[in-house]
Amino acid sequence: MPKILIPTPLRQFADKKDSVDVAGATVGEALAALTTAHPDLKKNLFTDEGKLRSFVNVYVNDEDIRFLEKDKTAVAGGDTISIVPSIAGGAR
Amino acid sequence: MSLSNEEIGRYSRHLIMPEVGMEGQLKLKNAKVLLIGTGGLGAPVAMYLAAAGVGKLGLVDFDTVDVSNLQRQVIHGTKDVGKKKVDSAEETMKDINPFIEIVKYEVPLTSANALDIIKDYDIVADGTDNFPTRFLVNDACVLLDKPNVYASIFRFEGQATVFCKEDGPCYRCLYPEPPPPGLVPSCAEGGVLGILPGVVGLIQATEVIKLILGEGQPLKGRLMLYDALAMKFRELKIRRNPECSGKCTVVKELIDYQQFCGVPHAEAPLPAPVSATDIEPGDVKKLIDANADFVLIDVREPHEYQICKIPTAKLIPLGELPKRLAELDKNADIVMHCKMGGRSAKACDLLRQNGFARVRNMTGGILKWSDKVDPSVPKY
Repeated sequence: MPKILIPTPLRQFADKKDSVDVAGATVGEALAALTTAHPDLKKNLFTDEGKLRSFVNVYVNDEDIRFLEKDKTAVAGGDTISIVPSIAGGAR
Repeated sequence: MSLSNEEIGRYSRHLIMPEVGMEGQLKLKNAKVLLIGTGGLGAPVAMYLAAAGVGKLGLVDFDTVDVSNLQRQVIHGTKDVGKKKVDSAEETMKDINPFIEIVKYEVPLTSANALDIIKDYDIVADGTDNFPTRFLVNDACVLLDKPNVYASIFRFEGQATVFCKEDGPCYRCLYPEPPPPGLVPSCAEGGVLGILPGVVGLIQATEVIKLILGEGQPLKGRLMLYDALAMKFRELKIRRNPECSGKCTVVKELIDYQQFCGVPHAEAPLPAPVSATDIEPGDVKKLIDANADFVLIDVREPHEYQICKIPTAKLIPLGELPKRLAELDKNADIVMHCKMGGRSAKACDLLRQNGFARVRNMTGGILKWSDKVDPSVPKY
């Protein structure tokens, strides 16, 4: 099963877990399994139309899925899916 | 330009390294680096770049030093509370190294002044705290073709990379759009581990020095992720937008970044507008004193509740609220509060959507309670 790494700001919506093993042969299926298990994540990751939000990037291992097959990108056991939202903190 | 004997003594550990040497130290002395923000990230960057002998350092910040900054902004000390951050930073940097020039810009960076300020520098180090300025700095660097050494932090995680370096990607290649306001908490709301900006800021400073020296592999096209709790570094690829080969096709001019990020035009986070659904802390106090029949709910986190609380308030953290609605009476008079009024406004919306009729938000949260009702309640 691929592993999904949950970033700090979203852990509150995933029972405070930092990673979740999910079933799925593609990134889309894996993310669907994730948001089924943790429904509160859904609105943070996807728009109402079901599109991945543009301030959230998804990587399979170290490659951005926008440059692979997007949500059709194949994943297998041993692959790591990273969710990387933009963060802006720095000064205050 | 050459080094004085005093400078040669000062920089001797650089001068004896072949990767720096006299040639590299002169490159550092000739370099002009602009730091946007002299807070968590800017503090270590400014101190180490000053120490390293970067000849001209510009500081952009219009904030003043607050006591809550000192947990991580090590360039400022207790004696500096209330001073302008640029003045306090300059004092520390001059003490570290009197042989450098410091230029202070005590203004917010805006679309009107960004190009003018940035054009005089070789490299920008972005350590701001908000999305509008992040996009502004990026776009100005794209237009002026200046490398932007980027870092950002949240709680115990950091991100760092180098944008706009030759054919490398920019911030908009990584994130085309900002998150809607309120969805990504700031450090002021979400907190930050005090040492985190030290580690992440020094990754930034390291990249600045490497760019000046022309040594090593810059962190270009790579997003460095740092997790302090796991003590792990990971690296992800950042690709340049394929439509931007050769020249950026996205950034044409500077725009209204507040509007782009959906932020109302205001410098500080303002409390929600006063309406019939709001209640002032003073009026909540009157309800409590009159033994009125109402329920006060605190939607902050348990660790915040431990810092301070209003004695009659019941704690239901915002994240748990959807699952705990059954604990509340739909017909009761309910007042929600949090730290500053933002989370409790969301909590009020949630209750109303679930059929609660009489829900009010205590404006300004427990901070305003401390200001207006009970100064013995500590502010955090």
